[in-house]
Amino acid sequence: MHIPDGYLGPDSCGFFYAVMLPIWALASRIVKKSLKAKQVPMLAIGAAFTFVIMMFNVPIPGGSTGHAVGGVLVAILLGPWAACIAITVALVVQALLFGDGGITAIGANCFNMAFVLPFSGYYLYKAISFKAPAGSGRRVIAAGIAAYIALNLAAALTGFEFGIQPLLHKTASGQALYCPYGLNVALTAMMGEHLLIFGWIEAIVTALVVKYLQKQSPKLIKEGKVA
Amino acid sequence: MKLITKLWMGIGVLIILSPLGLMLPEHFKAGSAWGEWGIDEVQKLVGYIPKGLEKLASLWNAPIPDYAFKGWEEKGLPSLSFAYIISAILGIAIVVTIAIFIGYVLSKKED
Repeated sequence: MHIPDGYLGPDSCGFFYAVMLPIWALASRIVKKSLKAKQVPMLAIGAAFTFVIMMFNVPIPGGSTGHAVGGVLVAILLGPWAACIAITVALVVQALLFGDGGITAIGANCFNMAFVLPFSGYYLYKAISFKAPAGSGRRVIAAGIAAYIALNLAAALTGFEFGIQPLLHKTASGQALYCPYGLNVALTAMMGEHLLIFGWIEAIVTALVVKYLQKQSPKLIKEGKVA
Repeated sequence: MKLITKLWMGIGVLIILSPLGLMLPEHFKAGSAWGEWGIDEVQKLVGYIPKGLEKLASLWNAPIPDYAFKGWEEKGLPSLSFAYIISAILGIAIVVTIAIFIGYVLSKKED
């Protein structure tokens, strides 16, 4: 889901940087209000977790690969705004140091994986687990469902961003300038593999860790939110 | 043991297991993620290299591209797995340092 350099035109890249700048500014303001010094290690663990979980490429035999993001779990434990910051840090380091995701696409990749994914996942989890006790099985199910839907939402957006490029940029002879595949191909590919495989991995990882933390630290599940 | 210690150990286990993210795709002959092809692959897939893509693709020279050391591309899976683990350790060290710095700047010092 890491869009590389060259697949989005300059207008799309600029657009998503412009969208993310106020989100990042708002995130730091909101987190500043509520983050306590003792919660800083959790923020660091959240960023480390999403960084390393994205290295677990899962193969579709004979086809492509993909991975979980772990962003919904981080949002459940830290709240969506702090999760946005943690995932952004991971994505920026991945792009700059490891060339995983383009530097021109940092805005778009952060919009998909550090904004839409943690926010949609967080509020879905909140809605489904509404008033459930900290140790309730409903929380585990809620975490899994939220993770599955949120990852697929992010994948759909990524597919959309890829797919509109041929509509936006074409040479006179009809060749694409950036991503060569249109909406039907891009959306089908991105949605298909995430609905069938990668979404389930995000769901299972998220649900299992929530279940583990229910036993280890019910307090964290109940009120771990930072912002 | 404190929960935070257990969680850090969990991250450590994930680092050690991370080469699975390299070996499994290799074993099942899975290629790049969709939309993350190099320009040679794009050429094969659509028959031409989009002009803008060609120009922007080499915009940034990452120091450790794809979690592998430069010049190690042809080495075997054990070497690549070693590089993958070192990349994970290095990446996490940097990510954690930045997150702690941001957390330190943003958090309330009084409590």
